[in-house]
Amino acid sequence: MYQHTRFNNKNSFFQKFGNLDYILLSCLLILGLISLATMYSTDGGEILFHTRSHFIKFIVFFSMMIVISFINIKFWFSLGYLSYAIILGMLIWTVNFGITASGSKRWIDLYFLNLQPSELMKIFIILCLAKYFHRMKTQHVNSFYAICFSLIIIFVPMSLVIIQPDLGTSLLIAISGIVVLWFAGLNHKYFFYSCLLSIISLPIIISFLKPYQKLRVLTFLNPDRDPLGAGYQIIQSKIAVGSGGITGKGFLKGTQSYLEFLPEKHTDFIFTLYSEEFGFIGSVLLLLIYSIIIYRVIRIGALSRSYFAKLFCYSFGTSIFIYIVINMSMVLGLLPIVGSPLPIMSYGGSSMLATMIGFGIVMSAKTHSQQSIA
Amino acid sequence: MINISDNATKLNSLNRRMFILATAKIIILGGIVSRLFFLQVKENKKYLTLSDKNRIREWKLPPIRGEFKDYFGNTIAGNFEAYQLHIIPEEVEDFRYVIYRVKELLDLSEKQFKKILKKKNEIKPWETLIVADNLSWEKFSKINNHLYDLNGVKPVISISRDYPYKENFTHILGYVSQANENDLLTNENIKEKFAPGLKVGKTGLEKSFEKKLIGSNSVERYEVNAYGRRISQLAFQKGDKGETIKLTIDTKIQELTNELLKEKAGSICVMDIYTGAIIAMHSSPSFDPNSFVFGISQDEWQLIRNNPMKPLVNKSLSGNYSPGSTIKPIVALSALENEIISPDFTVQCKGHNNPLELYGQTYHCWKKEGHGFVNLREAMKQSCDTYFYEVARRLGVDRLSVTAKKFGLGQKVFKDTFDNEKNGLVPNTEWKKNALGRNWVLGETIITGIGQGFIQTTPIQLCLMTAQIANGGYKVYPKIVADDDNQYADKFTPLYKKSRNIKIIQDAMFSSTNEVRGTSYRSRFDDPKYQFAGKTGTSQVKKITERDRELDLKTFQIPYEERDHALYVAFGPYKNPRYALSIIIEHGGSGGTVAAPLAKELFKMIIDRHEIRKNYDNKKYLDI
Repeated sequence: MYQHTRFNNKNSFFQKFGNLDYILLSCLLILGLISLATMYSTDGGEILFHTRSHFIKFIVFFSMMIVISFINIKFWFSLGYLSYAIILGMLIWTVNFGITASGSKRWIDLYFLNLQPSELMKIFIILCLAKYFHRMKTQHVNSFYAICFSLIIIFVPMSLVIIQPDLGTSLLIAISGIVVLWFAGLNHKYFFYSCLLSIISLPIIISFLKPYQKLRVLTFLNPDRDPLGAGYQIIQSKIAVGSGGITGKGFLKGTQSYLEFLPEKHTDFIFTLYSEEFGFIGSVLLLLIYSIIIYRVIRIGALSRSYFAKLFCYSFGTSIFIYIVINMSMVLGLLPIVGSPLPIMSYGGSSMLATMIGFGIVMSAKTHSQQSIA
Repeated sequence: MINISDNATKLNSLNRRMFILATAKIIILGGIVSRLFFLQVKENKKYLTLSDKNRIREWKLPPIRGEFKDYFGNTIAGNFEAYQLHIIPEEVEDFRYVIYRVKELLDLSEKQFKKILKKKNEIKPWETLIVADNLSWEKFSKINNHLYDLNGVKPVISISRDYPYKENFTHILGYVSQANENDLLTNENIKEKFAPGLKVGKTGLEKSFEKKLIGSNSVERYEVNAYGRRISQLAFQKGDKGETIKLTIDTKIQELTNELLKEKAGSICVMDIYTGAIIAMHSSPSFDPNSFVFGISQDEWQLIRNNPMKPLVNKSLSGNYSPGSTIKPIVALSALENEIISPDFTVQCKGHNNPLELYGQTYHCWKKEGHGFVNLREAMKQSCDTYFYEVARRLGVDRLSVTAKKFGLGQKVFKDTFDNEKNGLVPNTEWKKNALGRNWVLGETIITGIGQGFIQTTPIQLCLMTAQIANGGYKVYPKIVADDDNQYADKFTPLYKKSRNIKIIQDAMFSSTNEVRGTSYRSRFDDPKYQFAGKTGTSQVKKITERDRELDLKTFQIPYEERDHALYVAFGPYKNPRYALSIIIEHGGSGGTVAAPLAKELFKMIIDRHEIRKNYDNKKYLDI
């Protein structure tokens, strides 16, 4: 049985310092710089609100990540359920007292920051489920009780986010949770059957969607249906990316964004702007940086001794990958438009905070890779 | 509690699944890269075009309209620089202050002011608000002096239509005004060249020659943002001014016709009998076309529209009148041509006590006492109705209509040049059967012989008819545009069978003006240089009853709408004819007393100016 003791660091501070994954760190820094440059471009080549705010958030949360990486992974293990419960409480708070913006209630006013708990949930659901499965014996993983319990863990925050309403984030939360289930060893057939079930029930689900969500699906299927209305975002985004060409239009020369044809260019569509200005080469380079980051995260997982750390790293790496894929597919017209930020690149404090906490825990797993958790 | 081997299985399963997912990730990543490749490399051209289409927008500016010149090169419809005041609302810091300041400076009325505010609310803040479109120089300079205080106000000089001769050319030229929806729908050319502020011809030659006059747009190319706001100008492409059109009109004579018809309703047409060139053509009353250029005020429009003398109608082309006695030359000619009568054919006119009676109807001559025995020349001279009743009876309406049509009656003189020209009407038996479904009766033939009944002519048709008699009976095609050299195959083909017959008619018309007892004897010239020959006409608006005949009222005693139309057709100089004219004065009374005197004044000037016109023609060739 695990007993909580005061962490007595067996490793000295300097050893931990040496154990940091510097490749991951530098990739994150480069990504941060790229995102700052892109943000500067969305501000029209001036240091305005978004650039400044993004810069501060990046610095603060990056430092926070370093701090987190010095905290023993055991601490995060012990915090697994509690943090999940706290975020859940925040979500309930949001539903009742949240700040409403553009038709949905997503934020809590923390005076210095408008926090979006649903973004944090994307990370902490992984932490919670990783802890849950860490203790479980193999034969119990596929038991009815375990499956039900883990599905409830996923379903409760998901439904709290859906009623905000925020379909995109709730799907991402669900995906994060399902990813953990996959790694924990849930039988393949469950995934297969639920996939089949969801495909069959798709028409029924669509009939339950809100009108604007239905419109998004229809628009995805045929963006030219209403080029100035619902299809506008996706058409303009494709035009921006496509007109970028191989080398791009050049830094600060993206006409689509500069002339305000691009919607949501700070947040969900930041990749569109980046891709317009830096072209195919720049986009592939960005993908490369993301790939290295994910690779390093998974490698840290592979080198970790504890099951919890492995499960967390694998799930976190995969989730980040899925976030990136969903965001890019969306702006490239491969998926319907759902609100999903591009990790680190997109403007948004909560998303950045959540992502950095995630990387912090991963880094902590690296510095404490030999730590076993009972 | 945690079994080592179980832990190992768990780790194995975890690593195996990681491996599966890693493979999937690489495939998905490949998918994204290929999508990027497809959009950015393969379809790059397409999206680059779309992006340019997004950001580049062209603004067409209204083209500069071509001008109209008279025969001597005077501008009769030109362009002038209108002083305008523009405001772009978003560039103004304090719109309220500025607009009140402008109101004060320009002395705008409350109504005008409200209109401007309304317009401001309809446009986007970066679009131009035209506060005033035609300022006087005083007000314009006043604004310029106060510019320091009027941030965002732009004094602009814009090119606009100007008719320097005001009402003189209104019915020939028409007028221009803001293009409306209807213009865009009916004219492809206007649609293509439309730009805000474009003015197009609404009537007359301005409308007919729209295509030539309109010119081509200047184009400004701007980079715009998603909201259509101009960011920067990329290019400017200058358009061409529209073509200048030269007319055959002599402004001096045109002005005289306007003078002569002052305060009368009517029309004067003057034509060169050989070339068909229109020297003057005026319809009265007229109006100032300049007031339409910037939109006419409701009051002014009502005043023009409700005027009982109908200034909006171009009487020269769309006025259908009974020709009255002015038809007599054609009736006589037709009878001679068809060998119904000889010049010596004589009829006795017995006066009102003993009128001509046919099939129970009586037909009176205009002269109460009667003319006695008259032959052709005498009947034309004194315009004896009884003589022409008898001639018409013998001739029949069908043969008459053939001759009348040959000489240009019953069809449009300018073909399609004017959209408001009327056909007139030359009746015959077949026409009546088709149009009214009834048979022709002989009584109708008889009154057709004196230009009453169904027959309708426009003043320009009468002018053409006279011209073709004057030139010896040869076909001419009237033209109003100087370099209109349409080569009609049948130009100058003879319209007569025997040229002697034309001579007889000319001579009879000469007697009517220049011999004692002629109906227009009082308007004659004794100097052979100016001598002209003509035929008067008085056309009844209302059937004369027995009671009217007994009362024998003077013109001024009859209500205006029931008075006769006064007509006169003439050509001159008699010895060597060159010009023909037709005059009609609505409800003027008798042709001899009202219309013919105008001809005298006209011929004086026309013949005086003939030398100038001829020299101008020659000079043109010498200059080359």
